[in-house]
Amino acid sequence: MDLAPRAPLQASARPPAGSLWLRRWLVPVGSVFAGLFAFGLFVAAIGHNPLVVFATIAEGGFASSFAWQNTLLRAAPLILTGLAVALPAQAGLVVIGAEGALAFGALAASVVAVPIASQLAPQSVPLAWLAGGLAGMAAGGAWYALIGLFRARRGLNETISSLLMSYIAIAVFNHLVEGPLRDAASLNKPSTLPLPAEAMIGSLPGLEVHWGLLLGIVACLLAQIVISRSTWGFSLRVAGGNPRAAMLVGLPVGTLIVLACVAGGASAGLAGAIEVMAVHGSANASVLAGYGTTGILVSFMARHQPLAVIPVAVLMGGIAAAGSLLQRRLDLPDATTMVLQGLLFVAILAGDAFRPKDQR
Amino acid sequence: MSIDALLSVLIAVLGGAIRVSTPFLFVSLGECITERAGRINLGLEGTMVFGAMFGYVVSYHSGSAWVGVLAAGLSGVVFGLVHGALCSLPRVNDIAIGVALIILGLGLAFFFGKGYIQPTAPRLPSIELGAWSDSPALRAALQVNVLFLIGLVLALGLSWALANTRWGLQLRTVGDSADAARALGLSINRTRIVATALGGFLGGVAGAFLSLYYPGSWNEGLSSGQGVMAVALVIFARWRPMGCVRAALIFGGASSIGPALQAVGIQAGYHLWNAAPYVLTLAIMLASTSRARASIGAPGELAMTR
Repeated sequence: MDLAPRAPLQASARPPAGSLWLRRWLVPVGSVFAGLFAFGLFVAAIGHNPLVVFATIAEGGFASSFAWQNTLLRAAPLILTGLAVALPAQAGLVVIGAEGALAFGALAASVVAVPIASQLAPQSVPLAWLAGGLAGMAAGGAWYALIGLFRARRGLNETISSLLMSYIAIAVFNHLVEGPLRDAASLNKPSTLPLPAEAMIGSLPGLEVHWGLLLGIVACLLAQIVISRSTWGFSLRVAGGNPRAAMLVGLPVGTLIVLACVAGGASAGLAGAIEVMAVHGSANASVLAGYGTTGILVSFMARHQPLAVIPVAVLMGGIAAAGSLLQRRLDLPDATTMVLQGLLFVAILAGDAFRPKDQR
Repeated sequence: MSIDALLSVLIAVLGGAIRVSTPFLFVSLGECITERAGRINLGLEGTMVFGAMFGYVVSYHSGSAWVGVLAAGLSGVVFGLVHGALCSLPRVNDIAIGVALIILGLGLAFFFGKGYIQPTAPRLPSIELGAWSDSPALRAALQVNVLFLIGLVLALGLSWALANTRWGLQLRTVGDSADAARALGLSINRTRIVATALGGFLGGVAGAFLSLYYPGSWNEGLSSGQGVMAVALVIFARWRPMGCVRAALIFGGASSIGPALQAVGIQAGYHLWNAAPYVLTLAIMLASTSRARASIGAPGELAMTR
C-alpha cells in the first residue's frame, strides 16, 4: 500500500502535475496488486501455492476459448450491474441494491416478452426482445426512482435504503416466481413461463456469447459520452461533487439525483431482462446469481468510470468463471473467488487514502 | 382463521419475538456503540455470518457452545479492528468499507464453513419460563435463551455506562463533535477503533446465536440481513441501548409472522411475510428522517446524518 507515500498537500504548493498524474494511476493499480497480494498470503496460509492458484485463475478465466466464453457470459450482466452503481455514483450516491432491480427486470421481461414472442412470426421475434428489454429497464428504473426520491425528499441514506429494498425485491421475486407467475410445468425449480428455445436472444457472430454483451458495451460508451460531454452529465457531476454549490447555481439537485438513480436501475433491470431472454429463458432462482453484488466491486474498481467498467467486468467475470476450475483442480471451495473479491474491494477502498485530494 | 389458529399464531409470534430478537438485539447494540462514536459499520452483516460459522466450528471441536460464543465474539473483534483501522485512514468511506467487509466476511465464512454444514455442534441451553403452563405451544414460546437475558443486562449496563462513566462520555464526545474531542485531547481514532471492535464482538455473538441456538445449525443462508437492518434499528432506537431492546423485539416479532402462519398451514404469501421486517425498517427510516434536520438523538459526526 505504500506505493505512493502521502506527501503533505498544501494549498499554496501543489505537487507537480506529473506526480499527480502518476498517483492517479499508481494508486488504483497499486491497490489491485495489494489486494492480490493479500489473497496470495491467504491461500499460502491455508497451504496452497499462491502462484499455482493465480495460474489456475488465469487458466480458468482466460486461457481457452471455452474459458473466454464462460468469462464473457458472466461479464455481460456485470457490465450492466457495474454501470448500475457507476451512474448514481456520478451524483455522489453509493447505491448498492442492483440485485433487486435485476430481479424486477427479469420478472418484467419474462412477463412481457414471453406472451409477445408466442404471437409473433419467427422473423419478428426481436420485437419481443425489444419489448422485454424496455420492460426490464422500466421496472428496474422505477424501483430505483424510489431510492432517489427517498434520498432527495427525505434525506434517507441511499446505501442502506437500496440494500433493504434489494431484500424486499428478492422476496417479491420469490413470491411471484413460486406463486402467481409460476409455470405449472416447472416442477423441481419454480420458474415463470419459459421463452421458447427458438425465441431466445442468439449469439454474437463468431462468438458463443449472446448479444447482451454488446448491448452492455454500448450502454457504457453512451454513459461515458453523456457524463463527460453533455451539460446534463456536467450538472450531475457538479451535484455529486458539491451539492451545496450545485444548489447555489440553481441546478435541480433533487431531480438529478432521481434521474441518476433511474438510469442505474434501468441498467440493472436490463441486465435481468437479458439474463432471462438470452440465458435462462424464464425468471427463476438462477437469475439471482449475485451479479448485483459483484457489480458494486466492478464499479468501485473502475473508479465509477463507465468505460473502465467494461475491462473490470471482464476481469471479475474471469475470476468468477475460474471458480469451478479452482474447485475441481485444487479442491478449493467456490467461496474462494468471493474471498478474492472481498480482499480486492477492501484494498481498493483503502487506496482512497493515498489518492490525490482533488479526485473524487 | 379460527380462534385457536389465531391464538397459536399470536403465541408463535410472541415466542418468535423473543427468539428471533436476540441476534437483532446483540447486533444493534454493537452498531449502537459504533455509531455513538461517529461511525457506521454495515460490515456487521459479514461479521455476523463469519461469527455464526466460527462459533459453530469452535463449539463443534471444543464441545462447549459457550466457548463457541466467545470465539465468535473474538472473530468479530478482528473484523471490527479491520473496519476501525481502515476508516481511520483519511478519506476512506466507512459505509463503503462496510460493504466490502460484508463480501469478505461472507466469503471467508463460506470458505471455512464448507466442511461444517453436516456435523452437529453442541447448542446453547435455554431456560423454561413457561413451565407453569400446560399448553405445549406456550411452553415452547417461552423457552428463553440465556443469551437473550445477557443481552437485556448488557443493554441496561450499556445505557448506564454511556451516561455515567468516563468511557461513555469520551465515546459520546468523539461521536458528537470531533472538534470538541480534539480540543479535549481525546484520541478520536483510538476511541472509534475500540468502539468498532466492541461492536464487532457483539456482532460475532449475534452470529453465534444464529448457528448455536436458532435456527441452530450452520448453513450459507443463515443470516437474512440482520446486520444491515441493525443500522435502521439503531435509528429507530434513537441511538439508545434500551431503545435497541424495544426495536429488536418488534423486529423479532415481525420476522416470525411468516413462519408462524406457515406453522398453522397458511402458505400464501410466505415470502412476502419474510419481507415484513425490511418493509418495516424502510418505513421507520422514512418516518424518522427529514431533509430539514438530522434525526433526533443522532451523533453529530455520523456520515449518514450530515
